[in-house]
Amino acid sequence: DIGDVGRKYHLELVLEDVLDKDGTVNCTAEVLYHLGNKNTAPDVHFTIEGELKNTDEADNVFYNRIQSLEKELVAENIPDNHGNVSPEMEPIHLLAWAASGYVIWQNSTENTKFQLAQIKHVKQVKRSDEHLEFDYMILLHEMVSQEIIPWQMRVLWHPQHGVQVTQDSRQPKH
Amino acid sequence: MRALVLLAALVAAAAGTETFVGHQVLRIVPTNDEELQMVQELQELEDLQLDFWLAPRSPGHPVDVRVPFPSLQPLKAHLEANGISYSIMIEDVQTLVDDEQMEMLRSHRRLPFSTATFDYTSYHSLDEIYAFMDLLVAENPNLVSKLEIGQSTENRPIYVLKFSKGGTNRPAIWIDTGIHSREWVTQASGVWFAKKIVLDHENDEGLASILDKMDIFLEIVTNPDGFAFTQAQNRLWRKTRSKQSGSRCVGVDPNRNWDAGFGGSGASKNPCSETYHGPYANSEPEVKAIVDFVKNHGNIKAFISIHSYSQLLLYPYGYTRTPVPHQKELHEISEKAVAALSSLYGTKYKYGSIITTIYQASGGTIDWTYNEGIKYSFTFELRDTGRYGFLLPAKFIVPTAEETWLALKVIMEHARDHPY
Repeated sequence: DIGDVGRKYHLELVLEDVLDKDGTVNCTAEVLYHLGNKNTAPDVHFTIEGELKNTDEADNVFYNRIQSLEKELVAENIPDNHGNVSPEMEPIHLLAWAASGYVIWQNSTENTKFQLAQIKHVKQVKRSDEHLEFDYMILLHEMVSQEIIPWQMRVLWHPQHGVQVTQDSRQPKH
Repeated sequence: MRALVLLAALVAAAAGTETFVGHQVLRIVPTNDEELQMVQELQELEDLQLDFWLAPRSPGHPVDVRVPFPSLQPLKAHLEANGISYSIMIEDVQTLVDDEQMEMLRSHRRLPFSTATFDYTSYHSLDEIYAFMDLLVAENPNLVSKLEIGQSTENRPIYVLKFSKGGTNRPAIWIDTGIHSREWVTQASGVWFAKKIVLDHENDEGLASILDKMDIFLEIVTNPDGFAFTQAQNRLWRKTRSKQSGSRCVGVDPNRNWDAGFGGSGASKNPCSETYHGPYANSEPEVKAIVDFVKNHGNIKAFISIHSYSQLLLYPYGYTRTPVPHQKELHEISEKAVAALSSLYGTKYKYGSIITTIYQASGGTIDWTYNEGIKYSFTFELRDTGRYGFLLPAKFIVPTAEETWLALKVIMEHARDHPY
C-alpha cells in the first residue's frame, strides 16, 4: 500500500508464446492501482529478460495478403460457437488479442479480470496510407461479475509500427 | 377466359428463380361449381408456375397452391376480382426451407445409432445427448439407468444417469456438468465420463472397486433450457431461462441459487446480472430438483459440480472466509487429484477454497452440499485459462475429459476408502 496514492504490486512472471509453448521469456513488472479515481488505468512498468521472437516474416505475409484483397475484409464470430478459427482468420484473431490487451489494461481495477471471449464482427476500414485498419466489435468476459461486455475498438496495425487502438467504446449489453 | 389471358400476360415477365424467397402458399376454398372451374383453369396457366399442393377436387374442399413471388399480386387480384376468398397459409416458403435445412444440418450429425459410433470429439445438441443417454442405458441395462429428477422452467425433462452394480441406496457419488450452459466442455465431458464408466467398470480395478461399494449419479445437462438457448440464440448464455417479474431480463444464476449464504455478498440482486441469485433459494426448478434428490437419497458421500473455465479444483466455502472443518483433508485430496490430472498432459491446475482461490460467491452448490453433510464436495473449473475460454475447440474435449477423469477417480477412491 502506498499512502494516499494506491496499491502497488511487484510481479515476476513468465511469458509464454501462444503459438510456441516452448517459447518462454521471464518478465518483471510493477503495477500501481490508483486509489480513488477508478477511471485511471493502472500504471504499468515492465522489463523483459531477453528478446521476443522475431515475427517479421509472418507479419509481412499477413500484411501483403490483406493489401491484395479486392474487397475490404469482413468477418464474424471468431472463434465460432465450436471454438474454430480458420487459418486465414488466425492473424485477425491474434490482432484482436493484442488490441484487446490495451482496452483491458485501460479498464482494469483490482477487482476485475478480463478475457477476450469472441470477435463478434470485424470490418476492415479502407486507408490511404500504408497502415491496416480494422473496426472490431468484441466480447469481453469479466470473470468476477461473469458479464459478457460488448466493446467496439478501432485498431491500426503495420508490420514495423505495431498495434494501436485509436478509439474504443464500451457498448450496451443488448 | 379473357381474364385469364390478361392474368397470364401480367405474369409473362416472371423470371424463374431457384429459391422460394417471397413464395406464398395460399388456401382457396371454392364454394360452388363456378368457382371450382375458375380454380381448375388456373392449372392450365403455365406462365404462373403455380404449384398445387392440394389439387382442386370439389366445392368445399381446400385447394393449396404455392405461388411464386411474381405471380402473387396478379393471382390475388384475379381471385379478389372474382370474389374467390383465400387465406395465406405460408407467408414465405423460403423461411421454412431455411429452418428445415438448419435442422437437418444439426441432425445430419443425426441421432446416434450406438454409443460406440457416437462422436466424442465434437459438441452435440440436447437431443443428441438425450439420445446418447437412452442408448447407453439400452446397451448396459444391468449397470445404467436413467432417472427423471424434475423439469426445467421450459418443461424440459431433467435426467440423471445412475451407475449401479446393485444393492439398495448404496452410498453414492454425484457428478454434474453443464449447470452453466455456456460451459460446453463440461456437458461434453459428462458424456465422455458416462461412456468411460461403462467401458471401465469391470476391467479397471479402481472403478470396479468403487462400484462394488457405491453408486455413481451423473447429471450431464444440468441446465437444459440454458443449453438449448446457447445453441439457438446466444452461445454465451450462462443462467437458467426463468422469467423474472418486474424485469425484462431473464434467468437466474443456478450457482447462486442454493440455500447457503443465499443473497449475501458474492451474488447480485439485479435480475439482469449474470450472477443474479433469484427471488429466493431453490427458486429454480433445476436447482430444486437436485436439492430434492439429494435430500431424498440421504446417502450421498461425494458431490462434484463441474464448470469451466480457469483450470481450478475448489472446495467450500465461497460465501464466507471461515474455513470448513475438513479443510485440511479437502486440501490434501485436492493436491492429489490435481497431481493426477496433470500427470496426463501436463495441464496445470490451482486449488483451494472457492473464496480464497477464485472470488466470493454466495448461494453456491457445494457450499450447500457441504452444509448438508456431504464432506467431499468439490467444484472443478476445466480448461482452458482464457485463450478460448468458453469457446474451447472441440479437439480439446477428449483430452480435457481424460485428465479430469483421473482427478475424479482420486476423489471417488478417497470417498470409497473413507466411509462416514
